[in-house]
Amino acid sequence: MTVDLSQFIPSFLEESFEGLELMESELLNLKEGDNETIHSIFRAAHSIKGGAGTFGFDKVTEFTHLVETLLDEMRDGRREITSKDTEILLESVDCMRLLIEAARDDDNYDHDKVEQTTSRLAETLGDEPSSDSDNQSENIVAASNVCGYTINFIPEHSLAKTGNDPLFIFNALAELGQLTLSADCNDLPALVDIDPQELYLSWQLTLYTDVGEAEIREIFEWVEDECLLELVPIADTSNTSQDIEVLAPEEEPQSQSTTTNQEQLASTQNASSAIAGAKESTAEDTNIPATAKDKDKAKAKADVGSIRVGVDKIDNLINLVGELVITQSMLSELGNDFDMDKVDRLTSGLEQLLQNTKELQESVMRIRMLPISFAFNRFPRLVHDLAIKTGKKMELVIKGEQTELDKTVMEQIGDPLVHLVRNAADHGIESCEVRLAKGKPEKGTISLDAYHQGGNIVIEVKDDGAGIDRQVVLDKAVEKGLIEADAILTESQVYDLLFEPGFSTAAEVTDISGRGVGMDVVKRNIQSLGGRIQVESTLGKGSCFRVHLPLTLAILDGQLVKVGSETYIIPLIAIVESLQIDNKLINRVSGDMVLYRLRDDNVPILPIYQLFNLATKCTEIDKALLVVVEADGQKIGLMVDDLLAQQQVVIKSLKDNYQQVAGISGATILGDGSVAMILDIPGIIHMALAQAQHAQREKTDGNASVTAEVCL
Amino acid sequence: MNIQAMAQDIPVEGEHTMEGVDFITSGDQYLTFLLAQEQYAVDILCVEEIRSWEQPTKIPNAPSYIKGVINMRGIIVPIVDLRLKFSIGEASYLDTTVVIVLTYQSDNNSRTIGFVVDAVSDVLNVDNADIKPAPAFGGCVGPQYIEGLINSENKVVTILNVAHLQKVEPHRLHS
Amino acid sequence: MTKVLVVDDSNSIRDMVSFTLKSAGYETVEAKDGQEGLSKAKSSNFDLVISDVNMPNMDGISLCTELRKLVNFKFTPILMLTTESSAEMKMRGKSAGATGWLVKPFNPEKLLATIKRVVK
Repeated sequence: MTVDLSQFIPSFLEESFEGLELMESELLNLKEGDNETIHSIFRAAHSIKGGAGTFGFDKVTEFTHLVETLLDEMRDGRREITSKDTEILLESVDCMRLLIEAARDDDNYDHDKVEQTTSRLAETLGDEPSSDSDNQSENIVAASNVCGYTINFIPEHSLAKTGNDPLFIFNALAELGQLTLSADCNDLPALVDIDPQELYLSWQLTLYTDVGEAEIREIFEWVEDECLLELVPIADTSNTSQDIEVLAPEEEPQSQSTTTNQEQLASTQNASSAIAGAKESTAEDTNIPATAKDKDKAKAKADVGSIRVGVDKIDNLINLVGELVITQSMLSELGNDFDMDKVDRLTSGLEQLLQNTKELQESVMRIRMLPISFAFNRFPRLVHDLAIKTGKKMELVIKGEQTELDKTVMEQIGDPLVHLVRNAADHGIESCEVRLAKGKPEKGTISLDAYHQGGNIVIEVKDDGAGIDRQVVLDKAVEKGLIEADAILTESQVYDLLFEPGFSTAAEVTDISGRGVGMDVVKRNIQSLGGRIQVESTLGKGSCFRVHLPLTLAILDGQLVKVGSETYIIPLIAIVESLQIDNKLINRVSGDMVLYRLRDDNVPILPIYQLFNLATKCTEIDKALLVVVEADGQKIGLMVDDLLAQQQVVIKSLKDNYQQVAGISGATILGDGSVAMILDIPGIIHMALAQAQHAQREKTDGNASVTAEVCL
Repeated sequence: MNIQAMAQDIPVEGEHTMEGVDFITSGDQYLTFLLAQEQYAVDILCVEEIRSWEQPTKIPNAPSYIKGVINMRGIIVPIVDLRLKFSIGEASYLDTTVVIVLTYQSDNNSRTIGFVVDAVSDVLNVDNADIKPAPAFGGCVGPQYIEGLINSENKVVTILNVAHLQKVEPHRLHS
Repeated sequence: MTKVLVVDDSNSIRDMVSFTLKSAGYETVEAKDGQEGLSKAKSSNFDLVISDVNMPNMDGISLCTELRKLVNFKFTPILMLTTESSAEMKMRGKSAGATGWLVKPFNPEKLLATIKRVVK
């Protein structure tokens, strides 16, 4: 029968990538004489090699074998662990990743890199021949006339103690041809002396078969060290008539007759082939109607990726569903014959339902939560490499890696964090000499920390390096024309300049952080996740970049507002305050810009109906409500007709079946089943800005002094 | 795939039953519908659901033929008025106005969009050989949307290309 | 039904061995390392144990030694699943009481053919 194992490839790949990550982080922690670490690195490589072999990923097997050999020498203490070897192993991990990815995508890989590493590995291994194929030259050419063998099989008395049972061996032999056997009981001691755990028999077997000696010996493979085994070829012409007798070995601990055993064997086989047949036919049945559409679906599903969830989380869910079922049956029983006397019970039942739903929702969300260590685990390697590249000494301290974060957020926060860490290593940490001269420890420290704060997660990237020189930032901004030479900026406004497109404070562009991807991209990525970034810095002491992110992208706390006949949702996190408009505080400036005086601030008023081209009855500013929102440090007053409830909403994408809509971050389904749009506050501010600039361009240059900044 | 089973799976809402429609499992089947008085058809395998018209939630600054989005069992489905898109007839919303929800699978994603039409009429069994190319000189339906024409009794039915219908033309907001 | 205990720290290997055995009509119980394997072995009887060698917590060789100390496992066949086909490796297995070894890469047909040497 054939067994199709291709369904196990995804789990092998997932496991391999996990193994590679483990190898990498353990290699970075590797210290002399740390046997357990070496062992676990070895195990990871070993598993990858084993699996790769099974799926025919030969390149992976071949390469991993070299790695494994090197690790094996370290494990056995035959080789000292040097930092040079660690570097080679780290490089090898990269190569293995490349090779596995190539095998997965059926794609090409960087041959040069793999070859280089291969030769470095081979060199390290001391030019050992890379092939370990202990292929015993099998198939000793069988004599042409051989039609079978006489086999003398004299097992040691202790054979059964290794779990081997001659009966099964004979069964296996019987499958190769016609087998006859006779037992020799000469060694059998007197009954009182018999140890029931010992095997006292030996056998002479005659097997008429066309298979070679090697194949027969293979069957005895597991017992060859515990027995005397002789194979004598039987020539075709000879008609050796020997005493052929089937003897049931009574003294065997598991006494079974050979014949019954064979019958059973045969029936098992039939059963198994029947199963295989059934499987195949069902496979066919399901395959026939599979249209191209189905295949597409399967393909699409394969791309979705999987998530590993702890059993405790699942158990918790099951418990909650159990409670929900109880509540439901209680309610439906109540509904069977309801009268007004039972209102109290109904109310409490509904309350319970609300509680159940809430808990269930939280638990489901928790399934998507992973410890942030998944995002942090690449940093030890990164900092290690950065230290080598920059020639600086630095170490990475990771805290709060158990803090949980939504999987989607996690996937998208990785790159911005890499950028921040690179930045810290490149621009933050000073060289050893400078640090010593400043009286700091020679080794710089970069720390990553994650913790929950309210409904958000905060990730800090901190360094004890030079800190940000605000004057340098200002000079640079002036030079780049980002600000006027005489502009007076607050501390945080100065740091905000770092995130302006095209701003880079490094005197020279290094290949570490100056790769075209600027801090502006970092900020944009963080904003697109609904988060924000803060900078703190003390000159000479170090800097701290603090990223605030929502815990999940799937649920949002929203304020429902009414505009005309439409209901919109404003994310609560963006709302500064909501107020009734006081006519006296409205100021019209530069023609059509309407500002609202909010204490010391002047907040531009943006009527949503205008922005979205809606028909509404309420176009009078003084009759409307103002929801003041903030994004990017810019406040804006959204004019709405009415404020409705505040509630948690599940975010649905508009992109799935439609497209991204300017000013809208998604949609949700309200309690009555209708759809409501969720406003994208940074997007709306951007739109308003663009509209204002557009309006300005239409005017003559007379108003040129009104910059966009004043407008918005 | 069992076409008959599929066709019967199509939920029908309101008065729009498919009574008297005979399902034949050989050849391709098309769902025909009316835009003004003209007959159009789409591949029945793409039809997810036929719903009666309900006022959707507006999408800000969308073109007039995109009426908005509705909630179809938790999925946000945009609604396109084919009469407005093709400028055929009047876009009136009566009790008989229906929305045909189509799902089209391409490479590795699928899109579900609802199309407003005047009425659903029939299921046609069509032999592929009977589909004739549309004449090059055009009416108001762009040639990319037309898969071909088919003669049904004394009428001509225009078969629409679902793949093209499902392509949402990106539109920009204009202030 | 022949009951097999499959011990391997690699999910995919464990799944594959188990899947192969099940499709041939065997019953399987899985364990992710020697320790788990041992505790599962103590709570139930098995007709065959297939174990990886390199595992965390308790490796295959130690598992084998421990199993042989149990009355129920005195004669139970124990096969080591290993990529190492060296003689030294085999000796270590043997001295711990292993019945035989299966050399990786794992091949389903080979697995089914070879385990017939030790079980029904």
